Amino acid sequence: MEPTDSSPATSNITVRRGEPLVVVKDINKHYGELHVLKNINAVVNRGEVVVVIGPSGSGKSTLCRAINRLETIDDGVITIDGVKLPEEGKALAHLRADVGMVFQAFNLFAHKTVLDNVTLGPIKVRGMAKADAEKKAMALLERVGVANQAGKMPSQLSGGQQQRVAIARALAMEPKLILLDEPTSALDPEMINEVLEVMVDLANEGMTMIVVTHEMGFARKAADRVIFMAEGEIVEESSPEQFFTNPQSARAQDFLSKILDH
Amino acid sequence: MDTLLNNLDVFVDGFALTIQVFLWSALFALILGTVVGAMRVSPVAPMRAVGTGYVNLVRNTPLTLLMFFFAFGYPKLDLPSVSYTTLAIFALSLYSATYVAETLRAGINTVPLGQAEAARAIGLTFGQSMSQVLMPQAFRAVIPPMMSVFIALLKNTTVAAGFSVAEAGAIRATLSERGEPAIIVLLWVALLFVLLVAILSFVQRKLENGLKVLR
Repeated sequence: MEPTDSSPATSNITVRRGEPLVVVKDINKHYGELHVLKNINAVVNRGEVVVVIGPSGSGKSTLCRAINRLETIDDGVITIDGVKLPEEGKALAHLRADVGMVFQAFNLFAHKTVLDNVTLGPIKVRGMAKADAEKKAMALLERVGVANQAGKMPSQLSGGQQQRVAIARALAMEPKLILLDEPTSALDPEMINEVLEVMVDLANEGMTMIVVTHEMGFARKAADRVIFMAEGEIVEESSPEQFFTNPQSARAQDFLSKILDH
Repeated sequence: MDTLLNNLDVFVDGFALTIQVFLWSALFALILGTVVGAMRVSPVAPMRAVGTGYVNLVRNTPLTLLMFFFAFGYPKLDLPSVSYTTLAIFALSLYSATYVAETLRAGINTVPLGQAEAARAIGLTFGQSMSQVLMPQAFRAVIPPMMSVFIALLKNTTVAAGFSVAEAGAIRATLSERGEPAIIVLLWVALLFVLLVAILSFVQRKLENGLKVLR
């Protein structure tokens, strides 16, 4: 990824690196009566870090999950690297292999060791030899700082450690982008930073990331762009600096006043 | 005791056949039941329909009737002739597989949704998610009821005695010809079954302790 100088937030113009990787066009989704995604349009470029923020029930997690089709959409189009999301089957599995996902609840495979959690995808999906996959997995576990836990079961690890393993598991597939759906929301406060540090490192290395989070520190430090959602709509889209210091919409102002006051 | 010792040959042969029928049926029921269990949670509607149809049809049929179909129906089919023992294994496998499938399906439902989502998110196909992530956890969750299915299968093998299969359930008939008191013979057969089931329960406890999934 080509590095960019992050220009100071003098305007609403976002830092764009590379060409579009994820294109979300006119998507809608309903849960029964509830219109959870209302005509969403968004573009994420290669190497860009986008933070999606908003009150609960705003549709931000749904949007994030729709990008690898863990949620279906009623209409509209999502393309990743120029390819329209397949509906089902092998093609969809293929595409998902290129899109990393990190969940709020970690979702490590409960019956497999930490190491096996990380090697499963490379072995079964990429067809990598076991020895190579393990070598690579150990390097990734080293990178996220949990290499000494490789032989343990997920339940023996702290939440922060589990989430770092989950990030390593996603990275092992060498994805084109990583989706992080509230990666720190289920963590005890003292464990949030260890996960955020890994995320900041990833962002600095040029990984394309879409992060649903409430962590303003991360957004300020690592995001190229902030998307603010409320009631299923994208209300505001700007640089982190601009968004936090000078939000344009009343809803963003209201939201920020509620979370920044204390 | 004399009843047992004087007729040891009959008891040994009978129970040897029972164990043989049981092991083969258990193996086939496990394989078929796993496939049908997976079909019943498949995203493909026709697969689900076939799985559901099979379970409801076979599970709702009495085992004796199923045995009748195999013992009297199969030989009419112009297929290679097989022994009554083999036909009994077929019937028991088909019958028990429905229970295996339902037990497993219950197990699959206990695996948190996030496990399946994580499996899909790293690009595993449906089959791979099943075999690598969901089934291993489902099996561990249902070891006690699954073992009950196999215990029932072990005892159901005696139904085959009615169809010329000389397993343990047929011991009484054989020995009454030798003039042994029926009630004593039956008590010995019952005791030996209790022993076999105790072994299965022991296996169950070992599996439960060895394969616990911690959450």
